Amino acid sequence: MADPILSLGDVRFRWSGAAHFALDIAAFDVARGEKVLLLGESGSGKSTLLSLICGTILPQSGTVSVAGSDLSTMSSGSRDRFRAEHVGVIFQQFNLLPFGTVADNILLPLQFAPHRRARTKDAKATARTLCEKLGLPKSVFTAKAATLSVGQQQRVAVARALIGQPPLIMADEPTSALDAATQTAFLDLLFAQVEANDASLLMVSHDSRLAPQFDRVVEMEAIAKTPRAAA
Amino acid sequence: MILRLALASLWARALTVGMTILAIALSVGLFLGVEKVRTGAKDSFADTISGTHLIVGARSGSVQLLLYSVFRIGNATNNVSWESYQDVASREEVDWIVPISLGDSHRQFRVMGTTRAFFEHYKYRQGRSLAVQHGVVMDDLFDAVIGADVAETLGYAVGDPIIVAHGLASFTEHKDQPFRISGILAKTGTPVDRTVIVSLEAIEAIHVDWRNGAQVPGQSTSADEIRQMDLVPQAVTAALIGVKSPLQTFGLQRAINEYPEEPLLAILPGVALQELWGIVGVAETALRAVSAMVVITALIGMMATIFSSLNERRREMAIFRVMGARPRVIVTLLLLEAMLMAGIGAILGLLLVYLGLFIAQPIVDSAYGIWLPITPPGLREALIVLAVVVAGAIVSMIPAWRAYRLSLADGMTVKT
Repeated sequence: MADPILSLGDVRFRWSGAAHFALDIAAFDVARGEKVLLLGESGSGKSTLLSLICGTILPQSGTVSVAGSDLSTMSSGSRDRFRAEHVGVIFQQFNLLPFGTVADNILLPLQFAPHRRARTKDAKATARTLCEKLGLPKSVFTAKAATLSVGQQQRVAVARALIGQPPLIMADEPTSALDAATQTAFLDLLFAQVEANDASLLMVSHDSRLAPQFDRVVEMEAIAKTPRAAA
Repeated sequence: MILRLALASLWARALTVGMTILAIALSVGLFLGVEKVRTGAKDSFADTISGTHLIVGARSGSVQLLLYSVFRIGNATNNVSWESYQDVASREEVDWIVPISLGDSHRQFRVMGTTRAFFEHYKYRQGRSLAVQHGVVMDDLFDAVIGADVAETLGYAVGDPIIVAHGLASFTEHKDQPFRISGILAKTGTPVDRTVIVSLEAIEAIHVDWRNGAQVPGQSTSADEIRQMDLVPQAVTAALIGVKSPLQTFGLQRAINEYPEEPLLAILPGVALQELWGIVGVAETALRAVSAMVVITALIGMMATIFSSLNERRREMAIFRVMGARPRVIVTLLLLEAMLMAGIGAILGLLLVYLGLFIAQPIVDSAYGIWLPITPPGLREALIVLAVVVAGAIVSMIPAWRAYRLSLADGMTVKT
């Protein structure tokens, strides 16, 4: 695959202290502009994989490259900065700082990512436009995040991940807290915006019903060996 | 914006944060209040006597002389003979001299014999004079002027008769020569408030029938007969002296201390007060130490609050981390929060003290005679606030360090 946005090779990771859990990934790539669904049961190492891609943890061996840069060669400070610049993250739920306004939450990553901030000409206006495109009512922009419904909060999280156009969007079961009808609508909005931003999407879920909407579906078991599961 | 989020985060926890700030405010208020009362008490103490250059008494210790002559605590070991008193009084450096004769009492209050010059020259709190609130200064031989506390405690009014007892805590009374209250002094906050003042001659008069500390049996001279007598005292207990020029103070002091006829002692009231304060100062230090410990306790309480908030805020910290905040940012946020709480608490405490001062100043003055000056906050207050903020930052290092470790370990995997 030429110039992948994400590339993992011979990654071996073991949590210090937890002797039984480890994650081995021989190879896993995501191409630029690709939307990949990573399917796996809970405990299959999905969250560990996301932490590795974010650079909050480092593998004991192997390489994790995001946008062509090997994370293991960076200091922890530059990994934090790199993550801020290149990766937009959407959590399962409780994505937002409840005491901040919607605007505060959306603009927060720009604080740590000067390039993303520079790319975003008028940050507030961009945030408003994103909100609009994600179907959020105008009034929520200045509301406290805690006052929003779960569905609205997840859309704000999408806006936050997208602002400043990071090349890789990672989502950790973003729809699990939503009901079926909202799920589809949410994914449609997410896809539309990811495409509009020319970003790649790596979404992790245990729900295979979402599969048809993605470019590619990867089973966690197919790429990762988790010795714990074998034991 | 991060600062605003930090404030919003504090605001979201308004109740616990408010309690913590309140605890810090109260402790800082207590500390500053104790400081105010301490310095106020010290100043009032030093203000007990002013304008007097020298106090003369029989030779003993300077603190002892000060205690019995000004504070009416303890007793004179000896008197100053009338001849010596006259010698000192006639020296050319002496501008004015006020004799004091102690030794008798009325109930729990001391009786002091003196002259009218006492009312003219005794000054307290930077040169204030005694003021007669009711009645007049003694006129007749058997007139007495009483201090504000005496009047209040015993419920006396002008015109009431009082009987002076011989000695202190004594059951033998000078019943034959009752006094009449001619005046009541305004509150001063000095020992004068607890003194019954009569003329020097009156002290002689009530002892006419007495020899060697006991009444001569069967002898009782009537008041009218006494009025006809020549009542020159044989001795006085002490004397307050004002010199013509302050430059002469030390010369006169030396001359009195070297007076050949009788062992005398002259002291500078200010120096003796300093000496006395040095003795009382231990309690002062203890008081400060206790209030400082209260401040430390409040800060440790704040540390505990931050600690317990860490768990519920792991999510918040994880969000910051995933957005790209370095662990350092998390630590800074926590330190900032602690310093903010400590700072707001300290400033609130300061305000609390001023509020308290405005309310308590007149009450404390009239009840204890301690004047608490209200001065604008200065460098001292600023330093205390700064010290509390710095101490708050130091104390919160511990939870901040834990947050640092947590945010490193959690990464983005917190699912709470």
